[in-house]
Amino acid sequence: MDLFLQQLVNGLALGGVYCLAAVGLSLVFGVLRIPNLAHGALYMRGAYGTYYAMTALGVPYVAPIGIAAVVLAAVGVGMERLIFHPLRNSPHTHHMIAAIGAMFFFQSLIQAIWGADFRQMPSPISGTLSLAGAQISWQRIVIIVAAVAILALLAVFMKRSVHGQSIEAIEQDRTGASLVGINPDRVSMLTLGLAAALAAVAAGLVAPLNLLSPTMGAALDMKVFAIIILGGLGSLPGAIVGGFVLGIAEAMASTYISTGVSEAIAFVLLVGVLAIRPTGLFSPAVSR
Amino acid sequence: MTAPVTAGRRPAQRSRWLVLGLGVVGAVVLLGAPALLTESDYTLRLMTMALVYAIATYGMNVILGFTGQLSLAHAGFFGIGAYVTGILTVDHDWSFWAAFVVSVVVTAVTGFLAGLLALRTKQEYFAIYTMATGFIVYLVISRWSDVTHGQQGLIGVKLPEGGDLVDFAEPSAMYYLCLAFLAVAVYATWAIRRSTVGRTLIAIRTSEDLAKSIGVNVGLNKQLAFAASTTIAGTAGALYATTMGFIGPSVSSVNMTFEMLMFLLIGGMGTVFGPIIGTFLVVFLFELMQDFQAYRFLVIGPVIVALVIFAPRGIAGYFQKVVARFVDAPSEATTKTVKTRTGEGDGVVPAQRAAVPPALTKEAR
Repeated sequence: MDLFLQQLVNGLALGGVYCLAAVGLSLVFGVLRIPNLAHGALYMRGAYGTYYAMTALGVPYVAPIGIAAVVLAAVGVGMERLIFHPLRNSPHTHHMIAAIGAMFFFQSLIQAIWGADFRQMPSPISGTLSLAGAQISWQRIVIIVAAVAILALLAVFMKRSVHGQSIEAIEQDRTGASLVGINPDRVSMLTLGLAAALAAVAAGLVAPLNLLSPTMGAALDMKVFAIIILGGLGSLPGAIVGGFVLGIAEAMASTYISTGVSEAIAFVLLVGVLAIRPTGLFSPAVSR
Repeated sequence: MTAPVTAGRRPAQRSRWLVLGLGVVGAVVLLGAPALLTESDYTLRLMTMALVYAIATYGMNVILGFTGQLSLAHAGFFGIGAYVTGILTVDHDWSFWAAFVVSVVVTAVTGFLAGLLALRTKQEYFAIYTMATGFIVYLVISRWSDVTHGQQGLIGVKLPEGGDLVDFAEPSAMYYLCLAFLAVAVYATWAIRRSTVGRTLIAIRTSEDLAKSIGVNVGLNKQLAFAASTTIAGTAGALYATTMGFIGPSVSSVNMTFEMLMFLLIGGMGTVFGPIIGTFLVVFLFELMQDFQAYRFLVIGPVIVALVIFAPRGIAGYFQKVVARFVDAPSEATTKTVKTRTGEGDGVVPAQRAAVPPALTKEAR
């Protein structure tokens, strides 16, 4: 039972990280209609940004994540302007190929600066909490609380603010939204910036628990894609549920089955779901 | 070269001679390379590797270049081809040729079966689906140690048996073997491109709905194109295994797919000579940039993005456009410019000869 509780918390923490990353990817898909294959690279840059701000600038823990988020938001906006905007009328394969090019660039940029070796970020929050016999590190609790708080803020932003509503309007109907005076370019920039910032926060939160490497984004890419396909491309509640489900499933599988299985869950799930429903689990039946 | 010509006979013939001439020059260079490189086994081996990659890239050309489906499982099938040959020759002491045939058959069958599921999905779902499929292949190869030797890889993959005729331990023999397979791939691409099959695939790339409306069996054609691409990938994988003599799980990694994608994109998607041009160019550029291995993608990444935005049909496609512009002009004076400006391409022929309605041949760029 102790083990179960411990793994549940681990799974929730992992799920929180997945959620933050997946929500951004899902937003980008909803607005720009492209699967951004460079999303994992943005996450990776977020982790390094946090690492740099913390070790080189020496600011205390929360600030580095904020700095990384701001920097990454700028990167996201830049990506929209330089890559996706010029390609807005191209066949869908071209976006994906361009995103792969961007991913290569980000990976080698980070590798050029910090080298290919794994890096360990010093843990800013130490200590564990004993709960019903299980040892739970404070870092994980911070992740869960922060993830839930940010997701709640995001929900408020989407539902209550003009910007959030304009994102949703563009998602529903790009032409219709521009007819009523919403600038689709501005919304695209806002969305990519927001998605990149969320990825950076996710990476910054989990960085002290994981090792950093320039290729750390690649594995995450596949997992967040699995999540948003599971939850339906472009659906926020779907991404949140999918994120926590995958996080918990991975944590449980690694304890009770094997780490290999836990690693493969996302991909098997992805292939399985798409084999049965080629447009995702919760997608509308009508194709667009 | 007795292809039916419906329009623009003169320009088509002119550019045909041009392409033929350039093809002959290219073939002579490729055929003569071992004679020139007797001093440098290393360069010859590098060229052999480039040939193998080029073959695999031709496979990707069929599914992405012609049919317009971004399959990210390509390296997965390349890996399956390599590992079937590797496992059979190393652990089961099969002869290379027997293992090679099994590799080709296995990748054809697994490709066909994978296609049945994968092609139910469309567009971005297809790309994500195939990326996951490719990753599962990679996970199986790197984790199923009992069979694949896991991360250690397989050492001592057999060379092809040449009997008394050829000794494949000789690097130039390996080179010519790979060159022969590449020639088949180029010929097949050329033949597909000018056949009804090719036009059907291009119609699917342009618009599936339109293709369907003129009576194209979209599902079947995509299925065949996918299986063809995996079979070619598997063939290249088997050749890779025997050329290298050593294989590790990384041959099936998603990054390998991305590299092949880059070869294809730089050379030119959907062109006959694009894959060779792209592969050789990038392989040798990488070789030159070996000292800054880590930084090479700093250059390559933005180049990929710029190409997709400004020249989505790559080098071959770009020259094709230039040739088309000059050849279409009737003046004799421009012909000279054409000859100096062009590098490759099957000219304007296919575009002008297309049997599908004009609306379908017009590329949605």
